[in-house]
Amino acid sequence: MAISQISYELAHLIGATVLMAGFQLLYQRRLFAVLNTFAFQAVALAAAAAWQAHIQDAPHLYVTAVIALVFKAMIVPFALHWLVEKLGIQRSVETAMSIGWTMMAGVGLVALSILLVLPVTANAAALTRESLALAMSVVLLGLLMMITRRNAVSQVVGFMALENGLILAAVSAKGMPLVVEISIAFSVLVAMTLFGIFFFRIRERFDTLDLHDLETWRGDRQ
Amino acid sequence: MIGYLSSLPGADNPLLWILGVPLGAAGFLAVLRDWRVATWVNVAASAITFGASLLLLRLRPPPNKLLFIDDFNIYLVLLTTFVGMTTAVFSAAYIARETASERLSELHLRFYHSMYQAFLFTMLLALTANNTGVMWVAVESATLTTVLMVSLYRTREAIEAAWKYFILCSVGIGLALFGTTLVYLAAQPVMGDGAEAMAWTMMIKQAHAFQPDLMNLAFVFVLVGYGTKVGLAPLHSWLPDAHAEGPTPISAVLSGLLLNVALYALLRFKMLISANENALTPGPLLVMMGLSSLFLAAFMLYRRGDIKRLFAYSSIEHMGVITFAFGMGGALANFAGLMHMTMHSLTKSAIFFAVGIISQNAGTKRIADIRGLTSSHPVLGWGFVLAVLAIAGMPPMGVFMSEFLVVSSTFARQPLLAIPLVLGLLLAFGALASRLQMMAFGEPTKPVHAHARASTLSSILALTPLWVHMLLVLVAGLYLPRELVEWFQAVAGILG
Repeated sequence: MAISQISYELAHLIGATVLMAGFQLLYQRRLFAVLNTFAFQAVALAAAAAWQAHIQDAPHLYVTAVIALVFKAMIVPFALHWLVEKLGIQRSVETAMSIGWTMMAGVGLVALSILLVLPVTANAAALTRESLALAMSVVLLGLLMMITRRNAVSQVVGFMALENGLILAAVSAKGMPLVVEISIAFSVLVAMTLFGIFFFRIRERFDTLDLHDLETWRGDRQ
Repeated sequence: MIGYLSSLPGADNPLLWILGVPLGAAGFLAVLRDWRVATWVNVAASAITFGASLLLLRLRPPPNKLLFIDDFNIYLVLLTTFVGMTTAVFSAAYIARETASERLSELHLRFYHSMYQAFLFTMLLALTANNTGVMWVAVESATLTTVLMVSLYRTREAIEAAWKYFILCSVGIGLALFGTTLVYLAAQPVMGDGAEAMAWTMMIKQAHAFQPDLMNLAFVFVLVGYGTKVGLAPLHSWLPDAHAEGPTPISAVLSGLLLNVALYALLRFKMLISANENALTPGPLLVMMGLSSLFLAAFMLYRRGDIKRLFAYSSIEHMGVITFAFGMGGALANFAGLMHMTMHSLTKSAIFFAVGIISQNAGTKRIADIRGLTSSHPVLGWGFVLAVLAIAGMPPMGVFMSEFLVVSSTFARQPLLAIPLVLGLLLAFGALASRLQMMAFGEPTKPVHAHARASTLSSILALTPLWVHMLLVLVAGLYLPRELVEWFQAVAGILG
């Protein structure tokens, strides 16, 4: 594959930025900081997709980049920001493991994915190989974040970080069809579920749940 | 994108109707205000879809870039549209009785009917997709529609169940997508770039030349990913909650259909990796996950107090048996697996039809509060007894036949593996039999509500699907038509 050294280096640099943001997500304690870091990761992902669109000469990947930029870096963080404020849980900090151990586990997962991916992709193009190792690391870090967090908002962010890794893998696989459709499907999944579960839940929290609490309380007294 | 549009089926192609009718109905039902009309539109759309899938038997369209029909998926399409139709009939009765107890608002009902058709569409798309990417998008959308339906009642438990379902299954399908990407990379050196490189019909011809190491890694991701959706232990924990808290017609289609669709996706990848001699053998992995699901579910059955959770665990058990059978491989075990898929699907949805009415009548899902069904509601009670005995594996029902085939094919090839299999089946049988005795016989409990107001028509409507399914399962246990046996054998051959 004829790619110049510079495009190769830059692709890795952007991929590594996505991975670094994945690490940052592991140790953020405040929910707003988690959301900001996630937005940063999404911007890096958008850059990665745009760069791949450029070097692979695959214009449809620009659509993926735009989706990442508009939906993941803007709409979702804003919506979750609003949600956190409404629920009044800005100050909550929930981790199941200490940050030190979480980071160690994260490093272990990155090592694992490099050890796993590089040998099995010996025949693939170098660009794909290393991007794939980066992408798999991002996926595993997202998974780790989902495990170590208890709060629903940070779990969603963990899931979307995992998904960022998946999209990174898909855009790095040269000529993979349907990447755009897949990223749209993911966005719809997240958006609809957030809408379906969270927003109704909030409405109920303000309208009816108080009443409900009252009723249960009375029932318990009898 | 434009390239795909040109490969959509034409008007003379049954696939257009099979996919178009549910999709159109989903849109129409979303704007239809009257729920009484909506239940019937739902039934009619499902019936037309079933009719169109019957046409596939006569007129099999040639594969294109987007969709294809072969011996394997045609039977699942038929099963899905059939159970989709009977469940729609049951749902009409269920909803009529549910609105009598005022648990659902008009908006919720509109949403429910629209999502039901959307769910059928996504499952049928997953089954007929000739492209790993399209299949993945379809399975993902099926998850989305069911998450929203599980949370329909908006109780605390329902929201929690939907949340757990969303988190676990989204991660699962996320990993499945990573596996799909890896399969594409493994195929790329032989298949080249572009849409053809993800088409089943193309891939299976070249699968022997895919890079074996990448295929191994890919299969692990696909197994964990789609395995979560099948409900294989230890990835099953979303399943009982999702079945228990959603509306009962949804439990019926989740158990009877969605698990099959996820397993279908897994088996397609198994076919690819089996075709590659240098890659790992997927059989032992499937056998192990199958057995662990069987045992876990069999033990859990003893401790259930909630009737819907009880049968949700029974679904895990049976998906375990089916996965075990496909893991064993070979013509006979594959035949048994295919037959068990069909029998489980028919019987389990019939059980959920019965459970839906039972819990509406009793006003509770607690097993301890349900007594003497055979004397208080004879037609329902005996139908329920028949269905539970069938799922527990009593002869002469079809489930017995398929379980017998699984066991005997295992004895013939790996006698040692047959011991845990039989043990697990007996354990599960014991649990179901003791629960059944508690619920079906003895002094009946007084019906609590809604029951008195339900009209005779809706009672007949609710019971017909149950008895139709049981009749089919009984006939299949006594006599399988020659054509059907040959067909199953042909598919068992493809599966390798």
